[in-house]
Amino acid sequence: MDKTVNQKAWFLVLPVLVLVAFSAVIPLMTVVNYSFQDTFGQNVFFWAGFEWFEQVLASERIRDALGRQILFSAIILAIEVPLGILVALCMPRKGIWVSVCLVLMALPLLIPWNVVGTIWQVFARVDIGLLGRTLSELGIDYNYTQDALDAWITIIVMDVWHWTSLVALLAYAGLVSIPSAYYQAAKIDQASRWKVFRYIELPKMQGVLLIAILLRFMDSFMIYTEPFVLTGGGPGNATTFLSIDLVKTAIGQFDLGPAAAFSLIYFLVILLISWVFYTVMVNLDKKEGV
Amino acid sequence: MARIHLSNLAHSYSGTPRSEADYALKRLDLVWDDGSAYALLGPSGCGKTTLLNIISGLIIPSEGQILFGEEDVTQLPTAARNIAQVFQFPVVYDTMTVRENLAFPLVNRGADRDYVRRRVEQIADMIGMADVLDRAARRLTADAKQKISLGRGMVREDVNAILFDEPLTVIDPHMKWELRTQLKALHREFGHTMIYVTHDQTEALTFADKVVVMYDGQVVQTGTPAELFERPAHTFVGYFIGSPGMNVIPARVEGTSAHVEGVEIPLDASYPALSGKVEIGVRPEFLTLSKDGPGLPVRVRRIEDVGRHRIVRLEFFGREINVVVPEGRPVSQEMNRVVFDPARVGVYVEDRLVEGRMLQGRAA
Repeated sequence: MDKTVNQKAWFLVLPVLVLVAFSAVIPLMTVVNYSFQDTFGQNVFFWAGFEWFEQVLASERIRDALGRQILFSAIILAIEVPLGILVALCMPRKGIWVSVCLVLMALPLLIPWNVVGTIWQVFARVDIGLLGRTLSELGIDYNYTQDALDAWITIIVMDVWHWTSLVALLAYAGLVSIPSAYYQAAKIDQASRWKVFRYIELPKMQGVLLIAILLRFMDSFMIYTEPFVLTGGGPGNATTFLSIDLVKTAIGQFDLGPAAAFSLIYFLVILLISWVFYTVMVNLDKKEGV
Repeated sequence: MARIHLSNLAHSYSGTPRSEADYALKRLDLVWDDGSAYALLGPSGCGKTTLLNIISGLIIPSEGQILFGEEDVTQLPTAARNIAQVFQFPVVYDTMTVRENLAFPLVNRGADRDYVRRRVEQIADMIGMADVLDRAARRLTADAKQKISLGRGMVREDVNAILFDEPLTVIDPHMKWELRTQLKALHREFGHTMIYVTHDQTEALTFADKVVVMYDGQVVQTGTPAELFERPAHTFVGYFIGSPGMNVIPARVEGTSAHVEGVEIPLDASYPALSGKVEIGVRPEFLTLSKDGPGLPVRVRRIEDVGRHRIVRLEFFGREINVVVPEGRPVSQEMNRVVFDPARVGVYVEDRLVEGRMLQGRAA
C-alpha cells in the first residue's frame, strides 16, 4: 500500500520541540559551550578545549565535595527508606484517621525548601532555638555552626524530617493496593508478621520503592537550598556539597568555564548512578523470575 | 477433623443492625458433617463469602456460635482453627518458588523437613506441577497460580475443613473441568470436609454430595442435587437450579386443585386454605405438549434446539413458561395444549414449599 506523503504532522510535534528546546536543549548547550571556552570579560571567548574538565577532575576540593555528597546520599537513603516503610506500615488503612495522617505527612513536603532551611536554622540555634537551647540546657555540647558532626547531624535530621513523608506516602500507596486476600491467605497459612512483610508487602511495594529510592537519591545528591540556608556549607567546608561548591565556583568566583565543566560532570554522575540503580533493581526483579 | 456446627449464627457488617435488611447473613443453624463435600450455591451478594469467612475466622459473627466438634471456636483466630482456604483470585507468594509456596503452610507450623519435602512432592504430583517445582511462582499463568493456591490449601493433612471461595473463576473452561475432577478425587482420597462456594450450578452439582442453596442472606435449602431438582423447597431454588428454571405461576389453591386464570390444574395432594402469595411451581421437564389434546391452552412462541433436548417457550395466559421436550418426541408450532404432571407440581406460599396431605394410593 502506498503511503501518502504528509508533512503536516510536523506541525503537531512542533510545540513540544520548541518547548523542549527552550527548557532543556538550549540551556544545556549553553553550558556545553561555556565548558570549552575561556573568557576575560567583554563577551570575548577563547577556545579552551578539555582544560576545564581536566582541572575539575584534578581538583582536590571538588573530590572532597563529591565524597561528602556520596556519604550524605548514602546516609539519607539508609535512614529514609526503612523509616518511610515503617511509617507506612503503621498508618491506618481505613477510617477518618487516614486523611488526617495523609495531610500531616504531606505538610513537610509542601513547605518551600528555603523556608525549611530557615525553620531549622532558627530551631537549632543554641541561643534562641528550641532544639539548640534545650540540648545545651541538658548539658549536651551542641553547636551546628562550629562543630562539623553537629552540622551533619542537623542537616540529616532536617532532611529526614522534610522527605521521609515522600517515601512513606509512596510505600503507603503500594501497601493499600495489596488485595485483602493476600493477608487472609497469610493468616490461614499461619505466616508470622515478619513473613507477611517479607513475602507479601515488600515484593508488592518493590515498584514504588524503586521510584522512592530514585527520587530520594537524585534529590539528596542535588541538595542545595537547605544546607545553604542552614550552614552555608560550613563550618569550614564540612557541609559543602557538590551543588554548594558549584555555586561558589560559578557565582562566587565567576569561573564560568570550570563551573560549566563541573555542571556537566555533575549531571553525568547523577545520570550514571540513577541508571545503575534502575538497571540493578530491574534486573534483580528479572532474576527472581527465571 | 470435626463436625462443624454453626449455631444460631447471624452477621451484620454494620455495628448496630436495626432491621432484618441490615444483616448480610440472617439467623441460621447449620451442621456440616465431617468428611462431606458441600457446595454453597447462590447468586452474587447472597452472603456465601461472608458465611465462608465466618467459618475460617476471617470474620467474627455478630451473633451466634461456631462449634468444631464440641469446641466453641467463635472467638478463635484463623490460625488456631486449622482451616485451609482457597480464594477466588490466585494468591501466590511472588518471590518464592512453587516448592516454597506449597511448603509455606507446613514450614510456618514447624513441620519436619523430610516430611515437608515428601508432602510437597505428593501435592505437586496431584496438581500436575511436579516438573515446575523450582520455578518462580510469579512468572506462571493465572491457571497455574490458582493450582498453586489449591495445592497450598491441600498440603496440610490435619485440617478441619478446606474452604473454596469460587476458586475456578479465573480458570479456563477446559481446565475448570479438570481441576474440579481433581478436587473430587482429592476429596475421596483424603476425606477432608470441603466447602465449595460457587454461583455456578454445574460446578455445585458435580462437585458436592450436598448442596446448600443461599438466597438473600438465608439458607433456603440443603440437600443432594437430586433433592434440589425434584423438590425445591423455595421458588428461588427452583428458579436457580435447572436450565431453564422451574415455572412459577401465581395460582389459587383449593383442596386438591389449583386454579390459574379460572382454569383448573389437578394436584396430587390436598391443601388447606392458603393465604398470602400463593404460587405453583413445576419444572419444564414435567410438562407435556400436545396438539388439541387434553390440558391447558397455550401458544408456542419459540422452539430452541439445544442438542439433547428442545426448550419450548410458551405463552400461557400472557406469561412465559418453558417446556423441555426430550429427544424423539415431536414438537411443532401448532401445539396448543399443555398438561402438568400432578405429582410434580409444588405449591409455594410466600416462596416456600407447602406440604399437602397426600391423596390415598399416591406416593410423592
